[in-house]
Amino acid sequence: MQYLVQALFLVVLGVAGFLFAKRIGFIRRNILLGQDDHPRNDRKSERFAQMALFALGQKKMFKRMGPAVLHFVVYVGFILINLELIEIVLDGALGKHRILAPVLGSFYPILISFLEVLAVGVFLACVVFLWRRNVSKVSRFHKREMKGWPMLDGNLILVFEIILVSALVLMNGADQALQFKGATHYVHTGGFLVSNYTFGFFASFDKDTLIIIERSLWWIHILGILFFLNYVTYSKHLHIMLAFPNSYYADLDKPKGQMENMPAIQKEVQMMLNPDAAGDSNDMPPPPERFGAKDVTDLSWKNLLDAYSCTECGRCTSACPQNMTGKLLSPRKIMMDTRDRVEELGKAKDKNGADHHDGKSLIGDYISSEELLACNTCNACVEECPVNINPLDIILKLRRHEIMDEAKSPNEWNVMFGNVENNMAPWQFSPDDRFKWADNIEIKEKG
Amino acid sequence: MSKVQVPTMAELMAEGKTPDVLFWVGCAGSFDQRAQKITKAFVKILNHFNINYAVLGGEEVCTGDPARRSGNEFIFQMMAAQNIATLNAYEVKRIVTACPHCFNTLKNEYPELGGKYEVLHHTQFLQKMIDEGKIKLEDGGAFKGKHITFHDSCYLGRANDEYQAPRSLIQIIDAELVEMKRSRENGMCCGAGGAQIFKEPEKGESEVHFDRADEALEKNPDVIAVSCPFCTLMLTDGVKNRNKEDQVKVLDIAELIAEAQDL
Repeated sequence: MQYLVQALFLVVLGVAGFLFAKRIGFIRRNILLGQDDHPRNDRKSERFAQMALFALGQKKMFKRMGPAVLHFVVYVGFILINLELIEIVLDGALGKHRILAPVLGSFYPILISFLEVLAVGVFLACVVFLWRRNVSKVSRFHKREMKGWPMLDGNLILVFEIILVSALVLMNGADQALQFKGATHYVHTGGFLVSNYTFGFFASFDKDTLIIIERSLWWIHILGILFFLNYVTYSKHLHIMLAFPNSYYADLDKPKGQMENMPAIQKEVQMMLNPDAAGDSNDMPPPPERFGAKDVTDLSWKNLLDAYSCTECGRCTSACPQNMTGKLLSPRKIMMDTRDRVEELGKAKDKNGADHHDGKSLIGDYISSEELLACNTCNACVEECPVNINPLDIILKLRRHEIMDEAKSPNEWNVMFGNVENNMAPWQFSPDDRFKWADNIEIKEKG
Repeated sequence: MSKVQVPTMAELMAEGKTPDVLFWVGCAGSFDQRAQKITKAFVKILNHFNINYAVLGGEEVCTGDPARRSGNEFIFQMMAAQNIATLNAYEVKRIVTACPHCFNTLKNEYPELGGKYEVLHHTQFLQKMIDEGKIKLEDGGAFKGKHITFHDSCYLGRANDEYQAPRSLIQIIDAELVEMKRSRENGMCCGAGGAQIFKEPEKGESEVHFDRADEALEKNPDVIAVSCPFCTLMLTDGVKNRNKEDQVKVLDIAELIAEAQDL
C-alpha cells in the first residue's frame, strides 16, 4: 500500500512537471514569434542589478505603500513556505513522514513555526486583497477589460492561496494531535506556534479519523501546489516567474522619451533628399513588409514577454490621463490584448502548422484605432509598471502602422502633417514669419 | 526701454563669430502668440545677462516630434534630416530650448541620425548658469512669498528625468513651491503630448487639461508654473474653464524669472 502511494505521488509529480514544462515551452515559442529589436543581453551585471531592484526588491511596488506591504507578505510567504515543499516532495517520494524533523532537531519546530506565522500573514493579506477587489471595489480592478475571466482569475488566485496556507496549518494541527495520541510514523517534533491553537479541536477526533484528515490535508496541499504551478501559466499570475526575466531584459538607461528609430525610412528619406550622398540605390535595404506593427508577430519579443509578464494590476491604467478622463484607451488592455492575441495565434500555429496565419490581427480584432489615437505618449504607464513593462512602445508601433500603412489618421492630423511638410511647422503659418517674434522685444534699461 | 536685437547664426557666421549656445525656439515659441511671450522672456534673460547666444531664425524647422509621435515617421525623418544638416553646417555644439518636445527630440533622437549636440532645457541652462556664477538673480521681486505650484512636463520629467531644475528656479525667486498631489514622476500630463493638441480628443467624460488644471487649482496657487509652451496653452485653457484666469496665472519658468528680475 505504501509503495502504491509513493508511486502515485511520483506519477502526479511527473505529470504536473511535464504539463508545466510543455506549457512553458509553448509560451517561450510564442514570445519568440516577436522580432529582435536591440541587444538585450549585454551589460549583464547592470541587468542583474535591475532585476534585483525591481523584481526581487519590488522597488516600484512601494510607490503605493498599503498594497506594497500586503503584496510583500504574500511574496515572501509564498517563497519561504514553498521551502517546505522540499520536505513534502522528499516525504512523498521516499514514503517518509517529516523527513527533516530528525535532521534539523530542535530547529525544526522553530522553522515550521516561522512558516506558520508567514502562512497566517498570507492568509490575512489575501483576505484583504479579496476585500479590495470585491467589497471596497478599488476602481482599477473594475475597468472594462477586467470583466469576466480576468476578475474571476484574480479572485481564484487569492482563494487558492488561502486554501493552500490553510491546508498547511491545519495539516500541522492534525499532525500535532496524532503525535500526542502516539500514532506510529508521526515523529515527535515539538509544538508549532500557530497550529498549536488547533490542537484542542483535532484532539477530539479518534486516531483513525485524524490520520485520514491529516493525509487528506497533506494531499490537498501538494496537489494544490502542483495545480497552482500549472494554473499560473494560464493566468495573469505568471508574473511571479516572468517578472524576473522581464526586468532583466528591460531597457537599462534609454531615456523614456526616446522613440525607436526606423532605419529603413531614414535611408529612404536620405535617398530622396540627397541621392548622391546616400550612396548607390542598389545598397537600399528592401522596404519592410509593413511599417510599425499590425499583429503580434510585428512586435518585438520583449513586447510579447511584457504581455505575458502583466499581472493586470492596472496601475498603468489608473495613471493614464486618457483613461482617467473616460477615454477607451487603457494601457493594461493593450497588454492583455497582446497576450491574448499571441496565445490565440500560438494555438492556431500548433494546430495548423508554423506557417499558418489565421487572418486575424492585434489591430482591429483586439485593439481599435480609437484607443491608439488617444495616447498622450506621457510615459505615465511606463513609469508605473512594477515589473518594467512598456505599454507605450506597443502603442507607438501600432500607431505607426495605422498612420503609415492604413492611412487612418484623423483629418486634423493630416492637416498637421501637411503643415509640417510645407510650412515647416504644425500650424498653417508662413515659414517667412517664423522669426517675426523677434521684431519688437523691449527690455527695461537697468541703471 | 531699449530694443533687443536677437542675433542669428547666419549673421554671426558672416562676422566670423561663434555663439556659446544656440537658442532653439521651436514652432510654438515662434508662431503661437502665447508661447512667443515665453520666447521673448527667455531672450530678455539671455540679453540681460550677456549670454553669447544666437538663433536659427528662419532656418529653423519643426523637429518632427508631432509627426513621429502620431506615427508619421517619413515626415519626422524629413524634418530631422533638414535640421541636422543646418545644425551641422553651423557646427553647433550646444543647444538650449524652452520646449521639452524639441529638447527630447534634439537630445535623444537626433544623435542616431547624425546630429550630436549637448542639449539643455532652458531651466537646466539657467540653473547651470546660476551655479557657474554667470547669472546672478536679484533676491525677492514680484513673486516673493507667492504660492506657486509646478506642473511637470512629461517630456522634461518622466521622459528625461529632470524634475529639480525648474523647482530650484522657483525657490530662487523666493516663491513658496506648493506640490500637487500628482507631481514629479507621478505628474499628470496636460493633454497636449503625443500630437493630441493637434486634434480633437476621443470621446470621454472629461478633458485631460481640465482635470489637470483642476488638480493645480485645488492648491489655490497664485501661479501655476510650467516649463513647456504646450502645457502653458493647455493649462491656461483649463484655468479659463473654471473662470479663474483673473486670479491664477499660468506662467513659464522663463517668464517667472524675467518678471521677478523686472526685465
